[in-house]
Amino acid sequence: MTGGITIHAKGLTKRFGAFTAVNAIGLDVSAGEIFGFLGANGAGKTTAIKMFIGLLKPTEGEARVAGFDVYRQSEEVKKNIGYMGQRFSLYNDLSVMENIQFYGGMYGVPAAELKARTAALVDDLGLKDQLNTRLRSLPLGWKQKLAFSVAMIHEPKIIFLDEPTGGVDPVTRRQFWELIYAASAKGVTVFVTTHYMDEAEYCHRASIMVDGVMAACDTPAALKEQFKVKTMEEVFYQLARSAKRGD
Amino acid sequence: MKTFLAFIHKEFRHILRDRRTLLVLFGMPVLQIVLFGYAINTEVKEAKVAVLDHSRDERSTSLVNALFSAHWFRPVETLKSPADIDRVFKAGKAKMVVEIGPDFAQRFAEGRAQVALIADASDPNTAKIVTGYAAQMIAQWAGRFSNEHTVEVLPVQYRMHYNPEMKSVFLFVPGVITIILMLVSAMLTSISIAREKEFGTMELMLVSPLRPGMIVLGKAMPYLALSLLNTAFVLVVGLALFDVPMNGSYLLLTLEGLLFILTSLSLGLLFSTIAKTQQEALMLSLFVLMMPTILLSGFIFPTGSMPWVLRALSNIIPAKHFIIILRGIMLKGNGIAMLWPQTLVLVGMCAALLGVSIKKFNVRLQ
Amino acid sequence: MRTVLVILRKEFLQVFRNKGMLPIIFVAPLAQLLVLIHAADFEVRNVRLLVSDMDRSTASRALVERFNASDRFQVNYTLQGFDAGMHALDAGATDAFLRIPVHFEQDLGRTGSAPLMLDLNGVDGQYASLVLLYARQIIANEQVKVLQRMHPMANAPKPPVEVIARYWYNLRMNYKNLMVPGLLVVLVTLVGMFLSSMNIVREKEIGTIEQINVAPIKKWQFILGKLLPFWFISLFLLAAGLALGKWFFDIPIEGSLPLLFAFAAVYLWVMLGLGLFISTLSDTQQQSMFLSWFFLVIFILLSGLFTPIDNMPHWAQVITWFNPVSYFVDVVRLVLLKGSTFADIAGHFAAIAAFAVAVNAGAVLNYRKRA
Repeated sequence: MTGGITIHAKGLTKRFGAFTAVNAIGLDVSAGEIFGFLGANGAGKTTAIKMFIGLLKPTEGEARVAGFDVYRQSEEVKKNIGYMGQRFSLYNDLSVMENIQFYGGMYGVPAAELKARTAALVDDLGLKDQLNTRLRSLPLGWKQKLAFSVAMIHEPKIIFLDEPTGGVDPVTRRQFWELIYAASAKGVTVFVTTHYMDEAEYCHRASIMVDGVMAACDTPAALKEQFKVKTMEEVFYQLARSAKRGD
Repeated sequence: MKTFLAFIHKEFRHILRDRRTLLVLFGMPVLQIVLFGYAINTEVKEAKVAVLDHSRDERSTSLVNALFSAHWFRPVETLKSPADIDRVFKAGKAKMVVEIGPDFAQRFAEGRAQVALIADASDPNTAKIVTGYAAQMIAQWAGRFSNEHTVEVLPVQYRMHYNPEMKSVFLFVPGVITIILMLVSAMLTSISIAREKEFGTMELMLVSPLRPGMIVLGKAMPYLALSLLNTAFVLVVGLALFDVPMNGSYLLLTLEGLLFILTSLSLGLLFSTIAKTQQEALMLSLFVLMMPTILLSGFIFPTGSMPWVLRALSNIIPAKHFIIILRGIMLKGNGIAMLWPQTLVLVGMCAALLGVSIKKFNVRLQ
Repeated sequence: MRTVLVILRKEFLQVFRNKGMLPIIFVAPLAQLLVLIHAADFEVRNVRLLVSDMDRSTASRALVERFNASDRFQVNYTLQGFDAGMHALDAGATDAFLRIPVHFEQDLGRTGSAPLMLDLNGVDGQYASLVLLYARQIIANEQVKVLQRMHPMANAPKPPVEVIARYWYNLRMNYKNLMVPGLLVVLVTLVGMFLSSMNIVREKEIGTIEQINVAPIKKWQFILGKLLPFWFISLFLLAAGLALGKWFFDIPIEGSLPLLFAFAAVYLWVMLGLGLFISTLSDTQQQSMFLSWFFLVIFILLSGLFTPIDNMPHWAQVITWFNPVSYFVDVVRLVLLKGSTFADIAGHFAAIAAFAVAVNAGAVLNYRKRA
């Protein structure tokens, strides 16, 4: 873990009417760190992520991403982050190449540079022969890996992943995490939500959200010791048992 | 049966939850009737008329005053030279220019006066009607100065049946009902099924223990209910606000309505088997269903005046027959004794469409 | 600017790739123009006239013969009287029913006047009054003949004022000249507005909008990139439709085409902007489609396309001032049929430009990248 703080939050809160989705969370994530953001459905993970990436305005509290204030500089934030949402975000009716070109263009990656990155990307993913294939006919695993690479096309400092491995087979999940490690090794901060507890073990640090509150935040090893259990799964069960929300 | 009810319940909830769509669905027919009842007027009134009077004498002034005395024409401008005629037409300021030649009073006394009615015939109907009115008024005006009494040789006594005041809203209420039914039953159904396909939820339903026929029925039920409700609503608005007559039997109206709704639903189902996305379903219904229905059903344009190809084509449009039925029941008080041919045609169409669409729907399952 | 081009390229790719949509966008509207234009007129032809000639004399036959000779009427005879005619009217088997009473010829000779009775199906008031108008014309012609027979020596009295009607811009009174441009406006508007209104909401539904929202692009870039493809498509449709109209119906093109297209360009900004505005308001494609339909129905009914705006009551005319479609319908007819110049339609231009600014500002402002 090198470099300074890339994501900072203190007392960050989001209310929808009387409902407090995220209640005063605080965290600091360093450059190159893989930060796991765990929690049951409805715990407030997605709401928190959306505040960091500038899709939701916080109700109160402070948050800085890549050094920019999420209230006033959300457009600056966007230039420095990548995002991969829960729902598949590429166009099924466009080819691999066209999807890359579209998102590359949206982030203003220069044409020559985009060409080089495209070549490297399809090489890495082994999609060279599928460059002109429409996404519709690719298997889901490949599409997810492609979505990750496309979210990284502008080489952001931070990438936010919101349940990126939902509905993907174990082999692909493994490969997906290799991509995450590779990014982290290059100094990219990875902020990832998941409810696969085995994935939580892969993170440098993990936090667990319960009912909009951050119930715990430490390295997986420290968490397991604190709760005197052997797996992250058990940590999660202990905490989530007390939850009132969720479905 | 229980699963089936649950399924219908879900479909209803889908529709009822979408307030905006409901608002449009019920607001639109009212708006259409109001527009057709008050705003859309085929009768020419207060047509803009400019005058180019070369004489400017007593007689010509009297003629001009006579022209503007009734509510047919509204004066807009007094022109100075013939060159102005083109100008007012091009700016769209007048529909007709009345040009009165020089020495009008003197020529009138000699019985050789001339008045030219120059009409902007880019809209031929209006042009014909405006010049017709004007000619009639000029003749009447001239009649005031003649003392010959003429007997009409072939006087025509005429009666306008079913709609003596010639209110266009009487004509349009049945049409609006038809179009709304078409919209709700055919268009909405096809789009809603296409939506399930797009989201992949259709597959989910197909693997459920429900039989395909039940699924189709379940999807159709809410739209059937919505259509009936809408029909009643339009009917009430038409009867209450515009005194549209309802001379026939409500029972017959309901039964015929059900028949037409069923026909439209099968059409919608058929379209949904063709379209893969909501957009496709919309555009397809719009251009293959709505436009031909609006233009060829006799809703706005009388089918009798169309070239024979289109007249033939209009016969395969269910809405044409339904409009005849509706107008028959509401305005003429027709019973089934009069309307059986149209009803039979609709029954045939309904059976054929339902058969084809269910067959196509089943084929897709394999 | 590059961002806009990137979005533009993507939209075009998606449109042209969709094999199901292509024919619907490009072929259906034009085919409709060619076919349905024949339906879209208020001309009265093939009127079914049922005649009950009780007199069966030379005079009555001469009158019916006049109806027969006219191409507007199709004459059928009935030997039964009033009841049969009314039954036919009720059943919709005939449009009008003419009765010539017994002693028709005799009355003519004796009193110089013999009444006729005409029963019309008045459900469609305008149609019925035109039928009446044409029937009276035919009867009036016969009347002249009868008068000449009755007073062979005397000169028929001449009217004191001779009225000459002249029809400008459309000598042959061809209704298609009016309707082709009008219908074309409607078709182009339908395609443009529906495509644009379903566009953004479609990305909302499939979930790609989030990915776009986290990209550092400006709102106006997004709206512009979304609007331009449909703008090109609509302009292309307009051009193709005009070409077909010229080719098949020989519609007049009196004015300047560049002027027309300049106006169309601004007009389309309004309608497409409105479509996108609706799209930003809606959560589902179904919703946006219904909202667009709602607006389009009002716009088209109050556009003066089917019935002249001058016939409307004052309050409705005031509404048409805020109806972009009515401006375009007007301009298309002014420029194509009458050859109006920029000076003639400057007011239209100013109004439509103001709409364009307002609507697109609305679309940009209402498009929220975050909640």
